[in-house]
Amino acid sequence: MLLALVLAAAAVLPARADELVVFAAASLTDALQEIGADYERTTGQPVVFNFGASNLLARQIREGAPADLFLSADEAKMDELEKRGLLLEGTRRSALSNTLAVVVPKGSTLHLRAAADLASPAVRTLVIAEPSAVPAGIYARQWLRSLGLWSKLIDRTVPTENVRGALAAVEAGNADAGIVYRTDAGISQNVEVALEVPAAEGPRISYPFAVLRRTGAPEAARGFLAYLVSPPALDVFRKLGFLIQP
Amino acid sequence: MTNVLALTLRTAALSTALILPPGLALAWLLARRHFPGKAVVETLVTLPLVLPPVATGLLLLELLGRNGPLGSMALRLFGLDLVFTWRAIVAAMAVMSFPLLVRSARVGFEGVNVRLEQIASTLGASRGRVFFTVSLPLAAPGVGAGILLAFARALGEFGATILVAGSIPGRTQTISVAIYQAVQLGHDREAYRLMGVSALLAFAAVFAGERLVRRGPH
Repeated sequence: MLLALVLAAAAVLPARADELVVFAAASLTDALQEIGADYERTTGQPVVFNFGASNLLARQIREGAPADLFLSADEAKMDELEKRGLLLEGTRRSALSNTLAVVVPKGSTLHLRAAADLASPAVRTLVIAEPSAVPAGIYARQWLRSLGLWSKLIDRTVPTENVRGALAAVEAGNADAGIVYRTDAGISQNVEVALEVPAAEGPRISYPFAVLRRTGAPEAARGFLAYLVSPPALDVFRKLGFLIQP
Repeated sequence: MTNVLALTLRTAALSTALILPPGLALAWLLARRHFPGKAVVETLVTLPLVLPPVATGLLLLELLGRNGPLGSMALRLFGLDLVFTWRAIVAAMAVMSFPLLVRSARVGFEGVNVRLEQIASTLGASRGRVFFTVSLPLAAPGVGAGILLAFARALGEFGATILVAGSIPGRTQTISVAIYQAVQLGHDREAYRLMGVSALLAFAAVFAGERLVRRGPH
């Protein structure tokens, strides 16, 4: 029986050689799963995703992870890879933007009329992505800093590994409030948006995409990148609440 | 750094102290008594050893979360949060290290000659007295090794901890979590320093544990 299990596992495990491996920011999860499936259906090209915090993915890529494309949630992580010569030249482009939102568990009695209300004692835990490394956390911290709130909130802030971790903590009711992307708030049935951060008030959020130099299939990778910024894919992004950059 | 170390040592010590009474009681029961469902209990006790730590963590998160059965009770009765606090670290450590204590202590109790316990009883010693003056001292090497192994396991706990306690600098960052965090942030030197410290701690605990077992009743 053990042998059968091992054999079954061996049959399932090997990655297909023709798959494109895309390392992508956690906030892109739902959009990319839909776009990836559409792409595979129309072109026959399978695409697999590794979702996570962009800083973690950038680190994995620096250490030689076998990725064909990187879709980051902030420009800084992509700059870092570009400086190290890890991007395929001329492929980098930024097409998406996003805004932040403050979410609370569904049915929460918390009333937030303005960001300053986050400093009220009713907010015991505020969950955000890790504010020194993960893009969503960096953006959240920038926003709170610009309002002069960061130092007041730091003691109640709980950092998570990526933005979806912050969303999950609010969904489970384990945090009183969280700051995530508007698009994350949109996909969850278990959170309510308490405050939307207007694009003009929040930090500038930009998602750069690029093909990685180490890709074994530059043409296929370029093809998928082109699809990501083509109307059918942008429609999916738009539907999920992303903003399209001109 | 000292902050991280102190938190780790404190939570690991507390977790080990907490599991000691139930762990020894269960180890003794498993070594000395036959009861219906014993095999099930044995399996359940071993489960955290073989289950992915993250799976155990998920279970704990469900239990300890603000809407979970234990988490909501703590919030209602004491106004205490469990998840994302040091309490959750202790809970994760306790669950993960419990099997090591029980298994090792059980072996210790099994090595004690039943005749000695019987003689103490016939001489009029109460059950409690037999346990504390005969069984426990004779089983000390196994029990001691169990305590050290449990403590060492608690020091290194990661998978369950990160789920239930998160990684809040200065508040819920244990050595393992701090190492992971440092690597993620690209602070490799910090990570290596922490790695060195944890290696030393683990070495000391296991070394001491091995020596205790060697001095066992064989």
